[in-house]
Amino acid sequence: MDMAFIIETVVKIVVILLVFSALAGFGTYFERKVLAFMQRRLGPMHVGPYGLLQIAADGIKLFTKEDIIPQNVVKPIFQIAPVITAATAFMAAAAIPFMPSFTIGDYTVHPIVADINIGILYILGVMGAGLYGPLLGGLASANKWSLISTARAAAIFISYEVITGLSILAPLMMVGSLSLIDFNTYQAGGIGNWIVWSQPVAFILFVIAGFAETGRTPFHLVANDHEIIDGFGTEYSGMRWGLFFIGEYANMFFISFVTAILFLGGYGDGSLLGALGLLLKVSFLFFFFLWTRAAWPDVRPDQLMWLCWKVLMPIAVINIVITGIVMMV
Amino acid sequence: MDHMNVANPYFGVFVLFVLTFGAFFATTVIARLASRAMAAKDTEKLKLTVYECGPEVTKQPNRISPQFYLFALLFLLFDVEIVFMFPWAIDFKLLGWFGFVEMMLFILLLAVGFIYAWKKGALEWHNIK
Repeated sequence: MDMAFIIETVVKIVVILLVFSALAGFGTYFERKVLAFMQRRLGPMHVGPYGLLQIAADGIKLFTKEDIIPQNVVKPIFQIAPVITAATAFMAAAAIPFMPSFTIGDYTVHPIVADINIGILYILGVMGAGLYGPLLGGLASANKWSLISTARAAAIFISYEVITGLSILAPLMMVGSLSLIDFNTYQAGGIGNWIVWSQPVAFILFVIAGFAETGRTPFHLVANDHEIIDGFGTEYSGMRWGLFFIGEYANMFFISFVTAILFLGGYGDGSLLGALGLLLKVSFLFFFFLWTRAAWPDVRPDQLMWLCWKVLMPIAVINIVITGIVMMV
Repeated sequence: MDHMNVANPYFGVFVLFVLTFGAFFATTVIARLASRAMAAKDTEKLKLTVYECGPEVTKQPNRISPQFYLFALLFLLFDVEIVFMFPWAIDFKLLGWFGFVEMMLFILLLAVGFIYAWKKGALEWHNIK
């Protein structure tokens, strides 16, 4: 390994960590603003112009809050669980190409941390490992609400991982590679080549599974405020609780990136316009997460399981079979 | 964008693993130090108990409804099968009719197990026959 590669990798990782930590913070601001406008309110307005410094105020609050570790909790696991959530969320970034490659002087920069040939499998695996955050946090809390939330988190995560895997299989058959760069190249020809047109069912299934994996509103049962307080986060306070939030919002951003690259053409042919297009698609998908939260009520846990096993899974398998038949004939 | 041609593609994953865990762990440590220096401390007994509606709580035994374990079993069944399907999907064009028929038979077996689980009521919530 040469020095330039090592430096390039570390710089890319530091940039990703800083940008997406900041974005995760601003994600909370966007969410409050979007929800407020949809409910004819103004949202945060007092800290800074249009409440833009709200995120700084929240940060100061989180850092200087009293560090409470309740009785009966298992201390080391209780302390490490939020770190696992945030870190696994960010690790998914390794296999995502965020922009087309560009050159500085005569040095070509590839904006992907690790160009591995099993990209999607890696992302699914890391997001699956993200379950250990809520799982360990809830079990270590010695609180019944946390425990219920943990059990739900485990059931939802593993059930919807089946849907994510099955829905990706049909596009995989068409592209024949697990690397997100190859997916982008496959769709580089323009809007007509986007996989969403040939695989609309897989796209819808993947988005639904994405909502479940990030625990967003129609499936916001893991921390459902009106029945199980804050779920696995009930006993947490201060920055540990903040890390759970950073993990959730970073996950939303990365799922948006993956969806945009897998189904919506990614950055296209790699021009500047394509790169801006990817940012627009990601922004819209992130907005879609917030929009759904404003427009839909939560489902019940039994409805969630019914939807996963009795509706989405058969549809996903039938989709694979039909894709196979169409491709063979 | 073409692929990067490097000897160790997983190096980035390793560095990311180390840096993310390091950075977020450091964040909790900094938050801890900051709160020790600045936050008001209060060790009132009921405040330090886990959240309840008032009464002094006893330690909860971590018992979960067996329904969740059933879903874990289902997950094992179906997700392991998806792991088999990933390599097939990637080499789909290469394998041709042979691979296609083989996988259809596999999905048929999967469907039989799925229908069995459905009829047995394993997919119902709290309704195990």
